[in-house]
Amino acid sequence: MPREELRALQSERLVRQVRRVYDSVPYYRDKMNAKGVTPDDVRGIEDLPKLPFLSKSDLRDAYPYGLLARPLSECVRIQSTSGTTGRRVVAFYTQHDIDLWEDCCARAIVAVGGTKDDVCQVCYGYGLFTGGPGLNGGSHKVGCLTLPMSSGNTERQLMFMTDLGATILCCTPSYAAYLAESAIETGMRDKIHLKAGIFGAEAWTEEMRRDIQDKLGLKAYDIYGLTELSGPGVAFECSEQRGMHINEDHFIAEVIDPVTEEVLPYGQKGELVFTAITKEAFPMIRYRTRDICVLNAEPCSCGRTHIRMSKPMGRSDDMLIIRGVNVFPSQIETVLLNRGMPANYQITVDRVNNSDTLDVDVEIPPELMSDTVNDITRKEAELVEAMRAMLGITARVHLVAPKSIARSEGKAVRVIDKRKLY
Amino acid sequence: MILNQISVFLENKAGKLSEFIRLLADNQIDLQALSIAESQDYGILRIIVDRPEATAALLREREWPCSVTPVLAVLVPDSPGSLTHIFSVLADHGVSLAYSYAFLSRTAGQACVVLRVDDNASAEALLRDAGAI
Repeated sequence: MPREELRALQSERLVRQVRRVYDSVPYYRDKMNAKGVTPDDVRGIEDLPKLPFLSKSDLRDAYPYGLLARPLSECVRIQSTSGTTGRRVVAFYTQHDIDLWEDCCARAIVAVGGTKDDVCQVCYGYGLFTGGPGLNGGSHKVGCLTLPMSSGNTERQLMFMTDLGATILCCTPSYAAYLAESAIETGMRDKIHLKAGIFGAEAWTEEMRRDIQDKLGLKAYDIYGLTELSGPGVAFECSEQRGMHINEDHFIAEVIDPVTEEVLPYGQKGELVFTAITKEAFPMIRYRTRDICVLNAEPCSCGRTHIRMSKPMGRSDDMLIIRGVNVFPSQIETVLLNRGMPANYQITVDRVNNSDTLDVDVEIPPELMSDTVNDITRKEAELVEAMRAMLGITARVHLVAPKSIARSEGKAVRVIDKRKLY
Repeated sequence: MILNQISVFLENKAGKLSEFIRLLADNQIDLQALSIAESQDYGILRIIVDRPEATAALLREREWPCSVTPVLAVLVPDSPGSLTHIFSVLADHGVSLAYSYAFLSRTAGQACVVLRVDDNASAEALLRDAGAI
């Protein structure tokens, strides 16, 4: 759809959605009134910034029914996400919501070349988690033969994959990597005929993509979504594998500065905010995802006109402001992984003489060991330079002994902020 | 002769060196020479031991970062001026030295000098041709 037409469609849907939530959801009405906005003030997409944001804490406060925009009698399903802190998110769906969600997932499958001739193996969890049900429904809509495997039982996964000739694999990237290893170990690799994988629900790197592609002989595609907005399929990669097209006819995307809440232009990094303009039961208006990413409005050679989002580069909750610059631990991790360093690192931020300091301790990998201080110092300098290029500020990098970074419940404690600013 | 020197990464923290030395002792490894190159955060401990391969294997098993480097070791009389010839030969031929250290040999009256050069074999040949060793 041409951008102009899309914008008109988004405007029309937004105006209707805002009117609907104002009329039917007291929680939204109160928030809008508090900001002095009425539905009459929203005449098109250009008025979106007038509306208040919705955040995870609103979902918590309004749990379980406070954001419901349709009577429960019209709802047919819930899905839920654990979330690492606080209360679970419970999202409600009407049958129409489920249809639209499955359409979005179907688009993702078509974008990776899926047709009714494909065999689509879904090993995301089924149940409260959105991964399984979403891709399962999408696969049905495309007309693929669907293998509703759910997660786990690797031996059985590989048996169905090879016996039934699965061509599309849907799971988390880490499970795909695990399946690849297992297939190689058990000598089943040659019997696998996968052509595409749709891997989401967790962060993964380009290195991981290459590794999975090499090992499974498929093309690996990213998919993005969150339960609050329906589930997977909010955005997905096309054959270009360069950013995920957002289903903008259903979700309007904005990127904001997480601190000032100011809307940023395309191309700038910030927190992703979505407005669901077609959802009935559980509409989200300007929902702050906490995911940090960049939107790209350049035309894509695949022909889709929907803008693309980058992989999430971190969470705004993790964001550190160091010497006035926004720094995400994930950026530091990316630099380390790209340079063959282990992900065992610790970031220490402090303030000395009114100036912020950033120190990164990294456990030295055994192969980096040398008999001269120069070689190690040179490696440290390389890392400092790569981080300066990525972050825009200078970090001091220290190589430390393996296993010397404190771990809590098996995970390294990543960030220590010693500044006493409040 | 060429010796396999072991270099070990040690953080600048109290007790690290002592922990390492105890590990060698517990495994009956005979330490013949030891030197340390220090930086702000860590040191590189360079050692010559009786069983370098076994030592390296032990350290790897303990995930202690280490590397094995073949270094040139030459025996010189333990008397004033005996090193002069060695270093002047190397200097005259433009051989650059990354580091060097010396220890007393077990043969009475001899010292052993460790030389870290880019090309051990050619440096050794130079010294031999010049009659320095």
